[in-house]
Amino acid sequence: MLINIENLDCRRGNKLIIANVSLCLKTGECLILKGPNGSGKTTLLRHIAGLNSKNINDLANADIAYSGHLDGVKSTLTVYENLQFWAGIYKSKNLESVIKTLNLENLYTRMAGELSAGQKRRLGLARMLITNAKIWLMDEPTVSLDQATTRLVSDAISNHCQKGGAAIISTHVDLDLPESSVLDITQFKPHKDTKTDPFLEGTF
Amino acid sequence: MSLWEYANPAKFMALSARILPILAIASSCLLLIGLFWGFFLTPADYKQGSTVKIIFLHVPSALMAINAWLMMLIASLIWLVRRHHVSALAAKAAAPIGVTMTLIAIATGAIWGKPMWGTYWAWDPRLTSFMILLVFYFGYLALWEAIEDKDTAADLTSILCIVGSVFALLSRYAVNFWSQGLHQGASLSLDKEQHVDNAFYFPLLICIAGMVLLFITLVLIRTRTEIRSRRLLALRLRNN
Amino acid sequence: MWSIILRDIKLAIRSGGGFSLTLAFFLIVIMIVPFGVGANLDLLSRIAPGLLWIGALLSCLLSLDRIFQLDWEDGTLEALATSPIPLSGIAIAKATAHWITTGLPITLASLPLGYLLNLNYEAYFWLFTTLAIGTPTLSFIGTFGAAITVGIRRGGLLLSLLVLPLYIPTLMLGAQCVSKGTNNPLELLALISAISLMCIALLPFASAIALRANLK
Repeated sequence: MLINIENLDCRRGNKLIIANVSLCLKTGECLILKGPNGSGKTTLLRHIAGLNSKNINDLANADIAYSGHLDGVKSTLTVYENLQFWAGIYKSKNLESVIKTLNLENLYTRMAGELSAGQKRRLGLARMLITNAKIWLMDEPTVSLDQATTRLVSDAISNHCQKGGAAIISTHVDLDLPESSVLDITQFKPHKDTKTDPFLEGTF
Repeated sequence: MSLWEYANPAKFMALSARILPILAIASSCLLLIGLFWGFFLTPADYKQGSTVKIIFLHVPSALMAINAWLMMLIASLIWLVRRHHVSALAAKAAAPIGVTMTLIAIATGAIWGKPMWGTYWAWDPRLTSFMILLVFYFGYLALWEAIEDKDTAADLTSILCIVGSVFALLSRYAVNFWSQGLHQGASLSLDKEQHVDNAFYFPLLICIAGMVLLFITLVLIRTRTEIRSRRLLALRLRNN
Repeated sequence: MWSIILRDIKLAIRSGGGFSLTLAFFLIVIMIVPFGVGANLDLLSRIAPGLLWIGALLSCLLSLDRIFQLDWEDGTLEALATSPIPLSGIAIAKATAHWITTGLPITLASLPLGYLLNLNYEAYFWLFTTLAIGTPTLSFIGTFGAAITVGIRRGGLLLSLLVLPLYIPTLMLGAQCVSKGTNNPLELLALISAISLMCIALLPFASAIALRANLK
């Protein structure tokens, strides 16, 4: 069991976004989060990634790699330099093999700013692989990508899960991952905010 | 019953509504008595004439200028540690009052300075420290205004207040090294010990007490307003 | 952490000449002083320490908003926040990179610029030393300010308003130490060092709190 969440409430400010979330992620499992815009998918993912933590000394869980809406790619560095940077942060040794796996060799010295959207996404995927993290959290990874690249992304996720990793992916697009389980976020929509906004208490 | 109960906005509003009238009356009375006594009923100082009586406004406002920042510091710490909204709002409420106190202190100091030392302003350690305090206040207020999300604003302004306090203290002492100019060691403002004349002492104390109560009154009023405006926000959010 | 430092230096050099912009600004600020106050050499040598320090301060201020802004805009900051490096470590790395690309060049450039303002001969040593010890303070304080204002669009002016008051103690002590007429430069130097060490040790944690608040 890699992640076990029970009765989690996620708030932004004082507003309850999702309530009573229960989630269980096992090794090799790929969990798809489905739900309309604004239903709390991003909030949940960011919470699991540790970005909502109140404690400044919380080291992010070393087993988690998070990929949000933005790519995290620096346009004035080359592809190689971008990845070298992440390899340095995560102290990984698999930089060369990752580059081979994702066919990025011929883009080694290309400035990241000149890449197409698909190539940038491959770069993002490469970063995920470099982190050597067990759990991948990805927020809408295939937005604005063509079919071929979408295929690439879902293959990468598949491979990762098969090799003993796990992933939670939020997406609108059908990623065609047959072994994945689906979690509908709308079931966690709060009907009634049991903890009232402290400012509204006592006014009515 | 612990003081923390009043961290709840509703309870805070209830308590403050009850004590506000008392505080307002008490502070007005004390200030009126103190100022009247100080200005009109004390003899003119043989050396400095009547202008020294500005001290009855100058000293209390200067003390409050610093204490306002201290109160903001404590409120900020409480927010960061215990996340009580009332605390964060109280700090925000106290800031403009602190600014006003600082301005009054600087202005009354200038009015006093002209007849005494022939100048409205001098870069003396104490005066300079007040000027520095003023810009710290401005920065704090500007930050509150610049950030949309209220909780984030509370967090950021709190950490600014804490770091600012350390640097304000540092400045207070660095200024002594810096201002080697006119009055080595001596400062333009008078310490209570140097000046105290029994005739001045009591009205001064009353003025200080009045100013403290005035500060508390004003902070309570402003905090209540801040709480109300947050309520409005919460209602709007809920009805969306 | 070294990865961050090296990468930031590389980025600074690549985007519009990184530290040469800072140096050019420093030069221009010092250059316009005589245009403003006249070229009387005596006057210049008296105000030189203060102006060199103020010039250094303002030049540092220029590049502060880039410290976190660029990473914030392209998602790298979020990615770094979920990495094994704690936020305080990121703050330390960024402040160090900022010092290497700003504080260090400024310290070196202050010597020839001091000559332009007819700085006293004895003061050169103190100028160099106080800047060498004081500019890390400026970088660390600036990083704190940048962490606070990172989420604010066009926060550069607010950043200056927040950071300049924090620079005051270092400026006072530094300029005083350099100017003639002080007979206890070592004492002042000790104070400047103390402030510097305190900032390096404690401000990264404050920066981390600010970053955490902005990332929520």
